[in-house]
Amino acid sequence: MAEQPTDAGTDRAVESVFREEHGRLLASLVGRFGDLDLAEEVASEAIEAALVHWPVRGVPAKPGAWLLTTARRKAVDRLRRDQAYAARLAALQVEADRAAPAPPADADADLPDERLQLFFTCAHPALPAEARGALTLRCLAGLTTPEVARAFLVPPAAMAQRIVRAKKKIREARIPFRVPGADELPARLPGVLQVLYSIFTEGYAASAGPRLQRLDLAEEALRLARILRRLLPAEREVAGLLGLMLLVHARRDARTGPDGGLVLLEDQNRDRWDRTMIEEGLALVPAALTGGPPGPYGVQAAIAALHDEAADLATTDWPQIVALYGVLLALAPSPVVALNRAAAVAMRDGPEAGLALLDSLAGEERLRAHHPYPAARADLLQRLGRLPEAAAAYREALALAGTEPERAHLRHRLKAVEPSGPDAGAGT
Amino acid sequence: MKYMLLINSGAIDANGGAAECGVEDWMAYDKAVQDAGIYVSGESLADLVTATTVRVGADGERAVTDGPFAETREVLGGFYVIDVPDLDAALDWAARCPGARGSGSVVVRPVADFGA
Repeated sequence: MAEQPTDAGTDRAVESVFREEHGRLLASLVGRFGDLDLAEEVASEAIEAALVHWPVRGVPAKPGAWLLTTARRKAVDRLRRDQAYAARLAALQVEADRAAPAPPADADADLPDERLQLFFTCAHPALPAEARGALTLRCLAGLTTPEVARAFLVPPAAMAQRIVRAKKKIREARIPFRVPGADELPARLPGVLQVLYSIFTEGYAASAGPRLQRLDLAEEALRLARILRRLLPAEREVAGLLGLMLLVHARRDARTGPDGGLVLLEDQNRDRWDRTMIEEGLALVPAALTGGPPGPYGVQAAIAALHDEAADLATTDWPQIVALYGVLLALAPSPVVALNRAAAVAMRDGPEAGLALLDSLAGEERLRAHHPYPAARADLLQRLGRLPEAAAAYREALALAGTEPERAHLRHRLKAVEPSGPDAGAGT
Repeated sequence: MKYMLLINSGAIDANGGAAECGVEDWMAYDKAVQDAGIYVSGESLADLVTATTVRVGADGERAVTDGPFAETREVLGGFYVIDVPDLDAALDWAARCPGARGSGSVVVRPVADFGA
């Protein structure tokens, strides 16, 4: 980055540097000192120091190296002061680090990127599932604890406790900072991808609350997935996950109506889809699907790609989508995937065929509290003209739906199939 | 770092012993732990029917009852304490343990270190 001495320019540069460098800085410090708490503290001290110095002297040519050197010095000072760390000080030979000259100005490009280790630590299966996303957002996306709390709609104190507990487990159970070996990677990578995808879906369709989309979380998930893609360029499922996120996120503006209401795929104004993002996502699909058997994210990206490429619902390649859902069902059997496949079959073969498939899923435990299931049945019943049954299914969905925009959408659909009048619910 | 592997048996036979693991499996595992140089200590516990529980109430009264809790599904059958670099290594050893198979499970607990 070039010198940017002007005030406004400096502020912006400082902020973007912090966003970009925080995860990298933290990962380097954790790799160096093996202590997440210490790393976080000196990272923020280094950033505070930058806030004092940079507006006066300008942003250094290699801001990342500047931050790392400053943070390391602060860590060494702290270790020296703190008797409890004395033994570790000797063990780590940080003295040598202190004596070493600051990295030369061109070192920035060669700064070791240890963020991959941090990704695997934050998504470690020994940590509680609800802490993994929070920790990833905090350590790798550089969000503060209150920001993470707001993102997940959790009170800040509860989120702080969740993070503190997770860090305590990392420290005391000694969860390592390491990238799993090639033999372990196939078992561990899905855990990391799951964390990013759940951050994404949490941001995309909030499971509760008034707002349908929490775009910030989806954007953070995208940013993290891009980083992971750079760190693991050969992993097809990473390409698949990033592709899937891009191809879904490209529809964000069309998904919400002017009143904040939910707009389904079939009713979306496809001119409002983000073409640049679609192109970027489409480019990743071949990488995700070639060179070996497909993974679940690659297949889902391919399905999203078919939707994004279609001009409208009628010209969508439904036979191909049904086939891909079949592949996905074989890879990762789930009643939710079976539900999506049934909806695609309804588009290919008509509502009757789709409804038969949906009804065959009626016994599935996981669909019992899943509002898209009765909503999909209601839609097909409506198309078949079986309005009283459709109304009953919409009511069932309404009783389960989480976000207010989703509920408003279902109420709207219910109105269309209900006979008008005050005794509408009584049936005809 | 020391970790205790608490070996729980899911299915218990009529005598309170673990039902699913062969003696040869255990001998092979024990040898592997010893050969790796990570063994600190370990014991196999006698059958559950031999267990006795002691509680001391607030009044200092001693209550002695037969067995651990009634209706216990998982029963601690034995343990190892191993010394390995980190949790991932401990989890690998837990996964190799015959007691982790079938209805059994192994709980991995770091041993508290008050010396630091």
